[in-house]
Amino acid sequence: MKTILSALLAGTVFGVGLTLSGMVDPNKVVNFLDITGNWDPSLMFVLGGAVITTTIAYRFIFAQDKPLFDEDFHLPTLLKIDSKLLSGSIMFGIGWGLIGYCPGPAVASIGFRPEEPLIVVASMLVGMLLFRTIARLRA
Amino acid sequence: MENFTPYTSLAGGILIGISASILMLLNGRIAGISGIVSGIFNGSSLHEKLWRLAFVVGLIGGAFVYANYYPVNIEPREHMTTALLVAGGLIVGFGTAMGGGCTSGHGVCGMSRFSLRSITATMTFLISGIATVYLVKTFLGA
Repeated sequence: MKTILSALLAGTVFGVGLTLSGMVDPNKVVNFLDITGNWDPSLMFVLGGAVITTTIAYRFIFAQDKPLFDEDFHLPTLLKIDSKLLSGSIMFGIGWGLIGYCPGPAVASIGFRPEEPLIVVASMLVGMLLFRTIARLRA
Repeated sequence: MENFTPYTSLAGGILIGISASILMLLNGRIAGISGIVSGIFNGSSLHEKLWRLAFVVGLIGGAFVYANYYPVNIEPREHMTTALLVAGGLIVGFGTAMGGGCTSGHGVCGMSRFSLRSITATMTFLISGIATVYLVKTFLGA
């Protein structure tokens, strides 16, 4: 129960942060990526603020033996930089540039402007399922 | 740079960082949205599904409450058809599943752990996103 409530809390803070930051506006995202046009560097401040805060906090958190409500930290075990990481990231960047939504803002925007985000999130889920299905068939 | 919003963007970014820190401090989890969302539908345990669902409920609820107090005004985009949204969503979903993360998981949490994998992923999708916007503008004029 505690882990579910803390996830709810973290999600809420994340949703407020994304909306305040302006990242929920796909126009702003496209303008951020449009470095040769009407460039809007705001999202560098979002990423910068988030990374600096998290880097400082993680230093203290990882000095602990374990998280407060779990037995272990669940960290990614994959370390390899492989073609899957690169092709997946290239694809993600293409979709991000095309529509101006990455997963967080797409999900959060359902809370106040559901039309576009619902289409994006539904398609995103199908895309994830598609990848998992192909990966399973090839394994 | 007419719509440049450094202060609110920085404040929003700090909140995102606080959220990522809360989730790691309390639950030991990475705040990566593509992974969290995908795990709701993955063959994981009920508890795994529930905390992820709770995070998503918070994510939508937080945006809902904030926008209630400070309405968000988003200019409609005429060229953004349903077909394009579907195509873009599919590519984002497939790509983040294949690359193991998105802006939050790789960009925020991974970079904050100095993970070489995440730093590579973030640089890659940033460059790819910039190139896509450039090509769309140049050849489609949108």
